[in-house]
Amino acid sequence: MTTEPEKRTGLVPRWARWTAVTSIVVFVVVPISTLVVWSFAFRWNFPNILPTEWGLRAWSYTASDSSRVLEGLWNSTRLALLVTGMAIVVGLPASRALGQHEFRGKSTVEWLLMMPIIVPALVATMGIHQIFIRLRLTETLFGVALVHLIPAIPYFVLVMASVFANYGTALEETARTLGANRYRVFRYVTLPAISSGLLVASMFTFLISWGQYVTTLLIGGGTFVTLPLVLFPFLSGGNNSTAAAISLVFVAPAIVVLVLTSRQLSRDSALMGGFGKL
Amino acid sequence: MTAVSLRHISRRFGDHVAVRDLNLDIESGEMVAFLGPSGCGKTTTLRMITGLIEPSSGDILFDGESVLSTPTERRGAVMVFQKHLLFPTMNVAQNVGFGLKMARVSREETAERVKEILELVDLPGLEDRKAHELSGGQQQRVALARALIVRPKVLLLDEPLANLDANLRITMRHLIRSIQKEMGITAIFVTHDQEEAVMLADRVALMFDGVLQQVGAPDEFFRTPRTTGVARFFRNGNFLRGHRRGSTIHTDVGPIEIVSTSETVEDGPSVLTVRPEEVRLVNEETDQENVVPAVVTSLIYMGSHTQLTVTIGDTPWQIQAPAAFQARNGDTVRLLLPRGHVSIVADDDTATTGSAEATLAEGSAVL
Repeated sequence: MTTEPEKRTGLVPRWARWTAVTSIVVFVVVPISTLVVWSFAFRWNFPNILPTEWGLRAWSYTASDSSRVLEGLWNSTRLALLVTGMAIVVGLPASRALGQHEFRGKSTVEWLLMMPIIVPALVATMGIHQIFIRLRLTETLFGVALVHLIPAIPYFVLVMASVFANYGTALEETARTLGANRYRVFRYVTLPAISSGLLVASMFTFLISWGQYVTTLLIGGGTFVTLPLVLFPFLSGGNNSTAAAISLVFVAPAIVVLVLTSRQLSRDSALMGGFGKL
Repeated sequence: MTAVSLRHISRRFGDHVAVRDLNLDIESGEMVAFLGPSGCGKTTTLRMITGLIEPSSGDILFDGESVLSTPTERRGAVMVFQKHLLFPTMNVAQNVGFGLKMARVSREETAERVKEILELVDLPGLEDRKAHELSGGQQQRVALARALIVRPKVLLLDEPLANLDANLRITMRHLIRSIQKEMGITAIFVTHDQEEAVMLADRVALMFDGVLQQVGAPDEFFRTPRTTGVARFFRNGNFLRGHRRGSTIHTDVGPIEIVSTSETVEDGPSVLTVRPEEVRLVNEETDQENVVPAVVTSLIYMGSHTQLTVTIGDTPWQIQAPAAFQARNGDTVRLLLPRGHVSIVADDDTATTGSAEATLAEGSAVL
């Protein structure tokens, strides 16, 4: 507790740093740069290294109503936000229980939580589809959000459970004895202590929902259109420029989230504890 | 005046009984130590007083009124834990002022009282420090200040000094003791260290296996331990069995006279004890009473004294002999068991549950 903030960079061997930098360049920077170039290309034939003609056609099409990109962006955003909100409401109490308490059947609960990671989402969604039709939840925002929770909750709960386990209960109990009721304990003690972990878990949840394709297609029935659903026909349709532009729109929040989370993760490496279980 | 009363409180966790029918009255302004080995139920008792856990049965009274239906945050029983001391996202002033903020005290008054209390714990001017910028001892003081500032009805300390090094522990003992006396706060602390309990507390409550064994001033645990177990916990393993008739115990090595005090002990089989530091070595010619022969089995030179192990009959005894004492294993020595230092203890070693409860009932009757 008394030591200065650690300087991690000094602890990482040089080869590891170079490997990391190289993989980021190869797997993130190069593909994304290629996408940027493609999105502004009007004519780009083999064997030219760069397009021979540039243009904004792909972007103007992306922005148009007929592409449904904006509609998809709007749906994806509110859907991912709703899923994140629901994950917090459902997942916080659950992860707290798993992280701080011992109870009978705890390992069974942990196993059940892991199931969506093990069982393919498609299988589960097929079954859920039948039930949702009866409940009239198909083709609705709420129905799709519920299905997205299935793959999202395990990650959320695992991250938060390790945050809660690290944090313990003594501080909350101290606050109780000092005159804070349960609500104020959460507001002034628990929430500030878990906030960075909660941010990371929420961002993961957001991204998991953001990237769903099959579950959205099945439950949304094609009428509830999200960004991946808009993107897919262009990927298979062979219009590289438009596909690249939409891909960039699609990948943008992921990059924002990655940058933000990596900062949080490097600051508070205890958060990584949850991933040991995966 | 009685500040805190524990009336027949018990606590079960499943099949395990953590605390069994505990009775204790704590006076206002008194410092009581709950002493015992880990798992004896002392921390559970502390948590029941705060309301963080509820007793399975029994009642807890503050100033004569039951607090069982009062939630933790309104009881005024403030707990200081041994670790995870400070709120990590707050600075020192925010930590110390937390209780006042919860009580909706104005900012100005809070700042003023934080300043005062930080001076009291000898940490003036550290308001803006973050928790992680403080040393272990400083964190401990801030945690103490944070508890004291709300003027608790009762201050509860869970092994408050366990994480500190030896020197710091001594400083903190003095600090805690002087502040507690100065502010007249009723305090209970939990410890497994009998030395700490003896040094800090007005009264000690010793617990084994969830059962209160003995309550009293620290010196009573040395002079008149209630049971063999209590004596052992205070590093006295010298026991001699005999048969009591009046103020005489008839043992295999002769009659031992005792100061007849308590009428509760009846004639019959008895166990007597004398602390290692009270046993005297005497020479052959003495015609004093209470002299018994013993055979030396080992000698350890300790600097300030020599620790002598002997057998009386076939019972091993420890004796603090003068540092210069010389003898060989197998030598016979004569021991004086001074009448004023011989006490009768109940025998835990053969005790059934029934008699342990009888001891407890007797204990609470004395309280």
